Amino acid sequence: MISSESPRPGQPPPPTAGPAVLEASEVVAGYGEVEILHGVSLRVGAGEVVAIIGPNGAGKSTLMKAVFGLLKLKSGAVWLEGEDVTGASPERIVRKGMCYVPQSENVFPSLSIQENLEMGAFTRRDGFRQRLDEVYGLFPALAERPQIRAGRLSGGQRQMLALARALMLDPRVLLLDEPTASLAPKMVDDIFSKVRNINQTGVAILIVEQNAKEALSICHRAYVLAMGLNRLEGTGPELLASEEVGRLYLGA
Amino acid sequence: MAVSEAAPGRLREQLREYQQLAGRFLAGPAVLVLFLVFGLWALIAETDAFAIGIVTGSVLALGAIGLTLIYGVLKFAHFAHGDSMMLAAYVAFFFLTGVVVGERTDTEVLPWTVSDLPGATKPILDFSFGYGLLIAMAMAAAVMAGVFIILDRLVYGPLRRRGSGIVIFAIASLGVAIAMRSLILIFWSSFGRFYVPGIRATTDLPFGVRIVSDQIFIFGAAIVMAALVYLLLFRSKLGKAMRATADNPDLALVSGIGTERVIMWTWVIGGGLVGVAGVMLALQAQLKPELGFVLLLPLFASTILGGIGSPQGAFVGAMIVGITEEVAVTLGFLSPGYKFSVAFVILVMILLFRPQGIFGGKT
Repeated sequence: MISSESPRPGQPPPPTAGPAVLEASEVVAGYGEVEILHGVSLRVGAGEVVAIIGPNGAGKSTLMKAVFGLLKLKSGAVWLEGEDVTGASPERIVRKGMCYVPQSENVFPSLSIQENLEMGAFTRRDGFRQRLDEVYGLFPALAERPQIRAGRLSGGQRQMLALARALMLDPRVLLLDEPTASLAPKMVDDIFSKVRNINQTGVAILIVEQNAKEALSICHRAYVLAMGLNRLEGTGPELLASEEVGRLYLGA
Repeated sequence: MAVSEAAPGRLREQLREYQQLAGRFLAGPAVLVLFLVFGLWALIAETDAFAIGIVTGSVLALGAIGLTLIYGVLKFAHFAHGDSMMLAAYVAFFFLTGVVVGERTDTEVLPWTVSDLPGATKPILDFSFGYGLLIAMAMAAAVMAGVFIILDRLVYGPLRRRGSGIVIFAIASLGVAIAMRSLILIFWSSFGRFYVPGIRATTDLPFGVRIVSDQIFIFGAAIVMAALVYLLLFRSKLGKAMRATADNPDLALVSGIGTERVIMWTWVIGGGLVGVAGVMLALQAQLKPELGFVLLLPLFASTILGGIGSPQGAFVGAMIVGITEEVAVTLGFLSPGYKFSVAFVILVMILLFRPQGIFGGKT
């Protein structure tokens, strides 16, 4: 891997040499008989933002689900902070410090904002109040009316709540599946700046994105997936400058 | 190309949206106002029937709240709910008296029964029963919770893991219902039975209403259980997890909520409610094997009327069904034998005009 330095506002240099928080190797998985991933590997270092981009059907969301244990792997392995969590239940993975924000239907609509956050902290035994205050600090808009039902929030606010819910356990690594899908451009920027804020608190982030340009501009490193295989990998600026990426996904 | 194809579909969707919007503004309040006016009129003109209707509604409410909870979390119509209530009533009867039907006549098979406790059958206040019935009811509730958990392990759990559709679940629970009724027939025959035989004491209420004292207890039990369920759902962590699972089971799973454990607790709470509901039903009417199944229709009418999945809605729905039934019979529209047709009419009307229930925003 080539490591060229690039300016990134307010962030430490990519700690790629550090220990991996999350590592997946040669993951083969799919739905029933249909195999979507044919052996994908990735690595997320402590405090890193790693993006996964690629065309529709490349297997980006499937990779997320496989890493989080929602799909049974046909082969391959997933490690979380050096511990093998291949085939572990979501409950155990969450306790180990990895949280996941699905692409859609990622809040509990009939629960209030505060109840949604309580459910995010379901496996937490203590320090709920303190964490709630910290998360409200990150998302002041949510703290304004914590009793409102999540179903009444707008698309962008819901996405914020979904991020906040996943942060309630103070995870080591956060998986975001297309957090900006079907949002207005203004909200897209807000979400990306929140993602950066969250990362600055020390949380490693693995993000799947359709907005390849924006994703590449905020991530430390990125993987390009195609047809269920690793196609390219590199730092954000490298991939932004890469002719192949431009030709394939950025429509340049 | 793609756009022109999508356009009529989008138009139709928009039309449907407007329709729904109009329906929400008109049908909801209209239905509610209709029932309120009817209820007020019944309260003034037919006060006795109104009072009895509240008692009938209380029994329905106890069943409907459990039914709606099970629907919310497990997403299937639990057709065995009525028969579970009756089974619970018989289990309580068994703990109270130790009696099963023998070769020719009833035989007491338990060496010790709840009635053997000192003073257990001595009537409390004006009620017909002593504290023994309440202990037997608690025991029946525990037994039903156990029965539900075993049934989930044996029947519903495997179906769930296989990803079976709602029809499969409905038919499976119908099978369970028939099995329960048959068990009752085997152990206690088809005779009508009572916890306490004999004439019941009555109580005079204001406005010249006289009701059987036990019926006050039934109403009280419904209020207490509804309040407990409300506190559980909105104040406890388990209850919130149940609501979260009902809302979005996949998200509950990725939040680290053990949804299987939530399902088990739902069965435990459902069993507890069925225990109380069954004993109250038998206290209001009698112990009779087919009574549970007959109750199924009004139970579903109550649940759907209040918006399926909503316990508060189920409570109000049950009151509406109960009062409408009793008032219709008193007015002479119907002979008492056709009482349950009222629930059927309400069910059909609500499914046609307001499928999400009178309060429901969700469908």
